[in-house]
Amino acid sequence: MWDYSEKVKDHFFNPKNAGAVEDANAIGEVGSISCGDALRLTLRVDEDSEVIEDAGFQTFGCGSAIASSSVLTEIIKGKTVDEALDVSNQDIAAELDGLPPEKMHCSVMGREALQAAVANFRGEEWKDDHEEGELVCKCFAIDAVMIEEMVWANKLRTVEDVTNFTKAGGGCASCHEGIEEILERVLKEQGEDFDPTAAPAAPVATPEPEKPGAMTNLQRIKKIEQVLEEMRPALIADGGDVELVEVEGNTAYVNMKGACSGCGMAAMTIGGIQQRLMEVMGEYIKVVPSSEMARIGA
Amino acid sequence: MTDIYLDNNATTKVDPLVVNEMIPYFTEQFGNPSSIHKFADGVARGLKKARKQVQELIGAEHDSEIIFTSCGTESDSTAILSALKAQPNRKEIITTVVEHPAILSLCEHLEKDGYTIHRLGVNKMGQIDLEEYTKLLTDDVAIVSIMWANNETGTLFPVEKLAEMANAKGIMFHTDAVQAVGKIPMNLQDTKIDMLSISGHKLHAPKGIGVLYLRRGTRFRPLLRGGHQERGRRAGTENSASIVGLGKACELALEHIEFENTEVKAMRDRLERGIVEQVPHSFITGDIENRLPNTTDIAFEYIEGEAILMLLNKAGIAASSGSACTSGSLEPSHVMRAMDIPYTAAHGTIRFSFSRYNSMSEVDEVLKVVPDIVAALRKLSPYWDGDKPVEDPEQAFAPTYA
Ligand SMILES: Cc1ncc(COP(=O)(O)O)c(C=O)c1O
Repeated sequence: MWDYSEKVKDHFFNPKNAGAVEDANAIGEVGSISCGDALRLTLRVDEDSEVIEDAGFQTFGCGSAIASSSVLTEIIKGKTVDEALDVSNQDIAAELDGLPPEKMHCSVMGREALQAAVANFRGEEWKDDHEEGELVCKCFAIDAVMIEEMVWANKLRTVEDVTNFTKAGGGCASCHEGIEEILERVLKEQGEDFDPTAAPAAPVATPEPEKPGAMTNLQRIKKIEQVLEEMRPALIADGGDVELVEVEGNTAYVNMKGACSGCGMAAMTIGGIQQRLMEVMGEYIKVVPSSEMARIGA
Repeated sequence: MTDIYLDNNATTKVDPLVVNEMIPYFTEQFGNPSSIHKFADGVARGLKKARKQVQELIGAEHDSEIIFTSCGTESDSTAILSALKAQPNRKEIITTVVEHPAILSLCEHLEKDGYTIHRLGVNKMGQIDLEEYTKLLTDDVAIVSIMWANNETGTLFPVEKLAEMANAKGIMFHTDAVQAVGKIPMNLQDTKIDMLSISGHKLHAPKGIGVLYLRRGTRFRPLLRGGHQERGRRAGTENSASIVGLGKACELALEHIEFENTEVKAMRDRLERGIVEQVPHSFITGDIENRLPNTTDIAFEYIEGEAILMLLNKAGIAASSGSACTSGSLEPSHVMRAMDIPYTAAHGTIRFSFSRYNSMSEVDEVLKVVPDIVAALRKLSPYWDGDKPVEDPEQAFAPTYA
């Protein structure tokens, strides 16, 4: 049985806001291919203030899918649509006191249903940009698609590279066989052979994470800048760049430049930066493109 | 209400009589059976007796055909790898898509090493096509490995017949009988089965003890080499307490085999009939006419298995599910997919598996709670509306899939 938190169990056994909202004017329907879970989120949004007045969910899924749906409706009720969009899947998981790594996709599904519902409210079409693969690293909940993309994008050659860029394999190490298989496959597609004895391509030192709370805000910002500086050469080599714009609480706003901005890689690069920051800082940090700053501020 | 255990295909409680038999082998007869002193005196005798008890349960011709291993998985691996090693010119394996991972993962791995794996598909009842099987029986095949009983649905394959067909073509036949041994009668000396896997913990013996039956004369290459234990066919100091326990468990299984096929079967039948009658949109999966007496696997449409299990667990009932979510894998059970069970049902399958420790009153308790659990979850389901599925469910709810 999964090691679910009391909060997960509580939301599962006593779900809040189950069922469809009457007179809903925002509906999001999404499914996660892993698990086969699916969720319909119905919202009633005030047309003028854009405040979410009521939210309801209908979920075909496991305990944590139902709990994630339930807690999501609780989080977003009373928020404006823009405020609600700021809710990340980590926020959903955090509100549940965490989810097992295998179940993180349930929180992702919740966030996607929300995005889909908002798009529906605004008369836009929502497109899913997130692909999910088989879970490889259970310590850090990293799936095969993420690893594959990182291997492609950053020309990774060794398991150590993969750990440096994605964190996968950095814990108990039992997924190294799986990571080697991915490397073997991707390198073959690139016309190369996987060499298990090769030196890591990107020798990024892995400093011990520092204790959170031990730093002043200025020290934190300096540290974040330092991490970004360390990552810049790799980004510049790929024709891009990154610049720190602002730090607010645990959110770091960055400006993605060159090949990194606008392209499909941006989201992934940001994911990589976020992973790296969390590793070094030893705390949860959200990296957001500065373009989203105005919207959030509004 | 005390808790009700209906997950006996996952593992079973060790029979107290088995425990009694084992205890002296931890504290008194703890010697190495190969040693020459009184601490080892009785051990060799204990092992010999256990070998006889296993032999009797499965109807083997000789007790030397019983090789003790560490588990069902080891027996499966030993059988297949031995066949490949002993016949280096044969590079193909025939198996089915519904085998246990102990076979399937190994085969996948062997495929990477260049072996050809033929995986027989199954129909909606979970049965293979004999014509397709016949066509695959060629001189390139090193071994056929087909399970006797499926762990999820309890569906029985006609392994005696399949073994004869393989034998007629000079091909080795192995069966993973981990779920079948002790639940249905068998007499291996009347069959052409060359190798057969047993796992102790499925028949009220401890976990971590298994058997590979190896027909006399079958060419064999050990998996573990070392000492001369098990006549050199499986090195490593014998797990004597567990071996003795397994022997006792086999004796008890033989005593109870009629009970299993009458009383236990009656409990199973009553449960599944009761559920299907009371719960709309539920159905039994697998080959209903050719099944283990203790197993039923029921699909509850439009809801998901893990959620059902959590509510059952809250009600003190232990069962298991073919849902993807319970295993942390991506897909619903490969067995359900292979039988072409629709998505919205495959995720909601629940397996109830009985043993001689269950009772009819437990069946009644379960029947009291299952309909409400299903109804409660359907209330949350986007595929459900009031007291029935939404009209044209797949159309009415068609989410964007990531
Ligand atoms: C059909 C089948 N084969 C093999 C096994 C593995 O047995 P063991 O757990 O003893 O390795 C099991 C049990 O999980 C099983 O059901």
